[in-house]
Amino acid sequence: MTRILLVIFVRDLMLARRIGGGGILGLVFFLSLVTVVPFAIGPDLRLLSRIGPAILWIAALLASLLGLDRLFQADQEDGSLDQMFLSPAPLELIVLVKCMAHWFVTGLPLVMLSPLFGLMLDLDGPALRSVAATLLVGTPTFTLLGAIGAALTVTLRRGGLLLSILVVPLAVPVLIFGVSAAQSATISFLTPFLVLCALGLASIALAPIAAAAALRTAGE
Amino acid sequence: MDKTQQSHLLIEDLSVARGERILLGGISLRLSSGQIAEVTGPNGVGKSTLLRAIAGFFPVRSGRMSWVESEAADSAPLAERLHYIGHLDGLKSALTARENLEIGLRFLGRDRRTPLQALDRMELAHVLDLPVGYLSAGQRRRVALARLLIVDRPLWLLDEPLTALDRHACALLKAIVAGHLGSGGLTLAATHEPLGLPGTIQVRLGTR
Repeated sequence: MTRILLVIFVRDLMLARRIGGGGILGLVFFLSLVTVVPFAIGPDLRLLSRIGPAILWIAALLASLLGLDRLFQADQEDGSLDQMFLSPAPLELIVLVKCMAHWFVTGLPLVMLSPLFGLMLDLDGPALRSVAATLLVGTPTFTLLGAIGAALTVTLRRGGLLLSILVVPLAVPVLIFGVSAAQSATISFLTPFLVLCALGLASIALAPIAAAAALRTAGE
Repeated sequence: MDKTQQSHLLIEDLSVARGERILLGGISLRLSSGQIAEVTGPNGVGKSTLLRAIAGFFPVRSGRMSWVESEAADSAPLAERLHYIGHLDGLKSALTARENLEIGLRFLGRDRRTPLQALDRMELAHVLDLPVGYLSAGQRRRVALARLLIVDRPLWLLDEPLTALDRHACALLKAIVAGHLGSGGLTLAATHEPLGLPGTIQVRLGTR
C-alpha cells in the first residue's frame, strides 16, 4: 500500500513538472501582491513592517487557493479518479498523499521564499523567522482545507469561485492564529503557534475523510 | 488466474437512483466464471450507470449485489476484483504510454505483465515511450485496454469497448476477452455492437 501511495505522490510531481504552471503561478501571484502592497500603502516603513506578516499570510492564503480547483478535477475529467476508487489503497490516504504532493509543488516554494519577500516588507530577523515557521505549518493546512472544497466542486467546471467561498471561512481561524504568532515574535510566539499546529494536525486527521466522502458522492 | 477457481457475480433486483429519480430498476443478473454478458439498449437507458453502480462509483438504492469466490480465504471487496474501462480512459496526456501503464499497474496492484508485454499484445508496442496526448483516439483506447492485461482481475466491466477501434483492433479485443473468459474470468460489456462471443448472456435494458 505504501508503494501505491508513493506512486501517486511521484505521479503528481511528474504531472506538475510536465504540465507546469501550478507552482510558479502561485509564486508569481505571491510576489506581485507583496510588491504592490508597499506602493499602495505609501512610504511608511514602520507601518509596513507592522502589517508585513499579515500581508504575507493573506498572500499565502490567496496563492494557495489558486491552483486548488484542479486538485481532483484533472483526475475526474480523464477518468483517473475512477481508477483510484478501484485501488486497494483507501481513498482517504490517496487524498492525503495528493494534498502532500500539491503542497510540495505550490506551498513549499512559498514558505522557502517568504523570508525574501519579507525583506521587501522591511521585516527584521526574528519576524522573518516566525513568518517562515508559521507559514510552514499554515500552508499545508490551507491545502488540506482546500481539498474539501476541491472535492465538493470536483464536477463543476467553473468551481473556483464556489471553492473560495467554501474554503475561506474554514481558513479564517488558521489565518488568525498564524498572523498573531507571526506578529508577536518577541512577546508570545508559542501559544498561538501551538494552536496553529493543533489546527494543522486536526486538518490532517479530518480533511482527507471529508474530502474522500465528497468525492464518493460526486459520482452520483 | 487459476482455472479451477470459480467466481460468481450475483445481482438481484438492483435499482439505482439519483435523488428522487429512479435511473434503473429491477436488474437481476447471474454471471459465473467464463461467462460474458452484454448490456444493450437505446442511448440514455442506463447502461453506463449499471456498470458504474457495479463498480461502486454510484450508490445502489436497493437490491443485492454479491461477489462469490470459491477460495473464500481471499475476501477482497468487489472494487478490488474488477477492471473498469469507461468512456474516460483514465490516461494522463502528459505522460507516456509506459508511464501511464506503470502507474495503473502500481495503482491496482498484483501485476501480471509489464507495460511492454501488454502493449505488445494490443499491437501498440511502438508507442511505448510516446506521450499519450500524441496518440489517436483509437490508440489511446488501446492503451487504456492494455490496463486489463497488466493487472489480473477476474471481472471486467467494459463500457463501449469497441468505440474508436478499427476492425483489426476489434478482432484483437474479442480475442483478448475470449482468452480472459477461457481462463475463468467474467466480462460485463455495455455495447451497441455485439462482441459475438459464443454463450453471451443478453441483458436488455428497455422501456423503464
